Amino acid sequence: MSTFEFLLQGLVSASQPMNLVYALIGVTLGTAVGVLPGIGPALTVALLLPVTYRLDPTGSLIMFAGIYYGGMYGGSTTSILLNTPGESASIVTALEGNKMARAGRGGPALATSAIGSFVAGLIATLLLAFLAPYVVQFAIQFGPREYFALMLLAFVTVSSAFGDSTLRGLTALFVGLAFSVVGIDQLTGQARLSFGIPDLLDGIEVTTMAVAMFAIGETLFIAAQGFRGPEIVQAVKGSVWMNREDWARSWKPWLRGTFIGFPIGAMPAGGAEIGTFLSYATEQRLTKHPEEFGHGAIEGVAGPEAANNASAAGTLVPLLTLGLPTTATAAIMLAGFQQYGLQPGPLLFATNPQLVWGLIASLLIANGMLLILNLPLIGLWVKLLTIPKPWLYSGILVFATLGTIGANPSVFELGMLLAFGLLGYVMRVFGYPIAPVVVGLILGPLAEQQLRRALAISQGDVTYLFTSPIAVVLFVVAALAFIVPLILRARGRGEVLSQMAANED
Amino acid sequence: MKQFFLASIVAGALALPAYAADYTIMAPAAPGGGWDQTARSLQAALQEEGISGNVQVVNVPGAGGTIGIAQFASQQKGNPNALIVGGYVMVGAILTNQAPVTLADVTPIARLTGEYEAIVVPASSEIESIDQLIEALKADPGAVSWAGGSAGGTDHIAVGLLAKAAGVDPTKINYIAYSGGGEALAAILGSQVTAGISSYGEFQSQVESGALRLLAISSDERIEGVDAPTLKESGYDVVLQNWRMVAAPPGLTDEQKAAVLADVEKLATSATWQETLKTKGWADTYLAGDAFEEQLAKDISATETILKDIGLVK
Repeated sequence: MSTFEFLLQGLVSASQPMNLVYALIGVTLGTAVGVLPGIGPALTVALLLPVTYRLDPTGSLIMFAGIYYGGMYGGSTTSILLNTPGESASIVTALEGNKMARAGRGGPALATSAIGSFVAGLIATLLLAFLAPYVVQFAIQFGPREYFALMLLAFVTVSSAFGDSTLRGLTALFVGLAFSVVGIDQLTGQARLSFGIPDLLDGIEVTTMAVAMFAIGETLFIAAQGFRGPEIVQAVKGSVWMNREDWARSWKPWLRGTFIGFPIGAMPAGGAEIGTFLSYATEQRLTKHPEEFGHGAIEGVAGPEAANNASAAGTLVPLLTLGLPTTATAAIMLAGFQQYGLQPGPLLFATNPQLVWGLIASLLIANGMLLILNLPLIGLWVKLLTIPKPWLYSGILVFATLGTIGANPSVFELGMLLAFGLLGYVMRVFGYPIAPVVVGLILGPLAEQQLRRALAISQGDVTYLFTSPIAVVLFVVAALAFIVPLILRARGRGEVLSQMAANED
Repeated sequence: MKQFFLASIVAGALALPAYAADYTIMAPAAPGGGWDQTARSLQAALQEEGISGNVQVVNVPGAGGTIGIAQFASQQKGNPNALIVGGYVMVGAILTNQAPVTLADVTPIARLTGEYEAIVVPASSEIESIDQLIEALKADPGAVSWAGGSAGGTDHIAVGLLAKAAGVDPTKINYIAYSGGGEALAAILGSQVTAGISSYGEFQSQVESGALRLLAISSDERIEGVDAPTLKESGYDVVLQNWRMVAAPPGLTDEQKAAVLADVEKLATSATWQETLKTKGWADTYLAGDAFEEQLAKDISATETILKDIGLVK
């Protein structure tokens, strides 16, 4: 049978009434847990594994797929409305999305995120179906030096994307990098900066830091203003739906986000966050409205959200073709496969085509179901913002704390949450951007480990880094991304840049 | 608002551990890993067999299980209804992290399952046998890069033991640590490193499809269905099992300990558990009570020696 016939057959099996019910349960549950910081899709799937033991393999995998995609949707909802990214991949969404929500444009922000996720999920799932065996061949070409070059590119593009002051952005980035070296060094197994505290041995949890800096810091900031602060939150201004301009400004970021997110998700050590960072930086460079970035630009929500969902589908490439789980959720889905005696790997497409195509088809169905479930809810979600401020922020505090405790039941973790919340508050007061701290915490260890691995393999020979074509291309792009804006700025004080953006189409 | 309340109820249900359980099993790792899967399989089997009516699993991730074990030993002291899952990785992690709470602070009950270490090379590699690999290692230890799981973990220890058995200075080995066998697998398939080492299960499907060449396995005797010599028969005296166990809190009375032992034995011999082992591809290496404690003591002292030899523990 051809790929296409397999996919059709999968769609038929996934659209049986019972399987549709499983998909609905999955997406609803996934959205619910995605909304809560700390309780991610991984924990939910783990909790459900024993429950689904009695279901048939197709049914339970369909449910897991629903939870997986649903979690991504839910995470962006809280990022946009409450500025509390529940997972690291939706941090970037909070940057522009929350600004939009504050300006009464929460509806369009949620809509572009939902539709962008749908579009990205659809394209990426199709890419997964037709290209998985080829994509994986490309992905495993990425060794330590290629990853290091990719991280360097991420640093260069992202560091220019923070706030109005480069110096302040870089300061915040280095604060994050400093925090990122805490814990056991993965390459030598030795503890660094842990001061004998066992809880610090695994480093600082990204979600704890993100929730603290964004949610707790924000709450403290608002509380400190008391009644003097201006009423900045405006629940709805204009339509809750996207207008013509929103559509026009969204569709290209969706597509670009998809094609950035999918390959990065497919890389065994990529991570969904990197795609969202790169997408955000790309949109910021290409936009015709650079002045809106940092104040609620719709492109800054559309691109990263699409990248996030595309990389979720990308994650399934190594899982299905190599049996290689690259995220916690994928690891538990792998356990789900094994529960039925299936061993994902190079032979799975050949030995169990019905199941693989059933899963891919159910991803398509879950994706459509999420759009149907989420679009009508937008009107309801934005009403959250009309809750009186004291209630809303005390609610956010409760959720942030509950989520942290749920993910990591330890008093020390709670202490860190509060300490980083204070740090977030102080940084806000003095006008430093928050996001680079979290970005540094995520990118720092990745860049460091890959560089050291590369140098260990070459036994200290630095030229090894530049002997791979892929790495060289990435290094050159990174160098250009660093130098070109400098030259342009020196020559035309930015005029050329905006000219370029205007001539873009 | 309704969704919000609903969501908060879900959150409450997921976040708060219930205390009405017959057994509470701590998995000292994040959901998804081997220990978590072991704990959740135990949960299912204990309930299925009617050994325990209601079993809860609690995840306390971090630092190779040392955070979980510290919390377990202090909070569950004397509680005959608490269990913790653990494994060989803990032995090394406790030593390298200089953890204040060690396996001596809990009551080991039984070893349940184990996996052996497999040494592989990519199919495109010129190396055809374990002897060729060792020759290359002897010629220039630094030029042979090994990809495996975390530093000081089972995979790293296995390479150290192998180098030592082959007469190569273990401090000279070029071990590239990845966060797990899976991530290492990608590096091996991409020919980024000379050889790879991890539990056989991590490599099994790649070996079967012909993408990886299996050179040797660290079991005592050849394993049925695994087409490779043991290290031992190849002349390198290394036998290493990455086992998983279950332990009880400290401070139990002899009767309480006997009761837990009886429950675990009932579980280990049950049809449900045997079925679980089969579907998960886990070997049954059940060893309980005093025999297990004796083996554990041996493992700890051997591990301490090799970690000192590699230079990870001073």
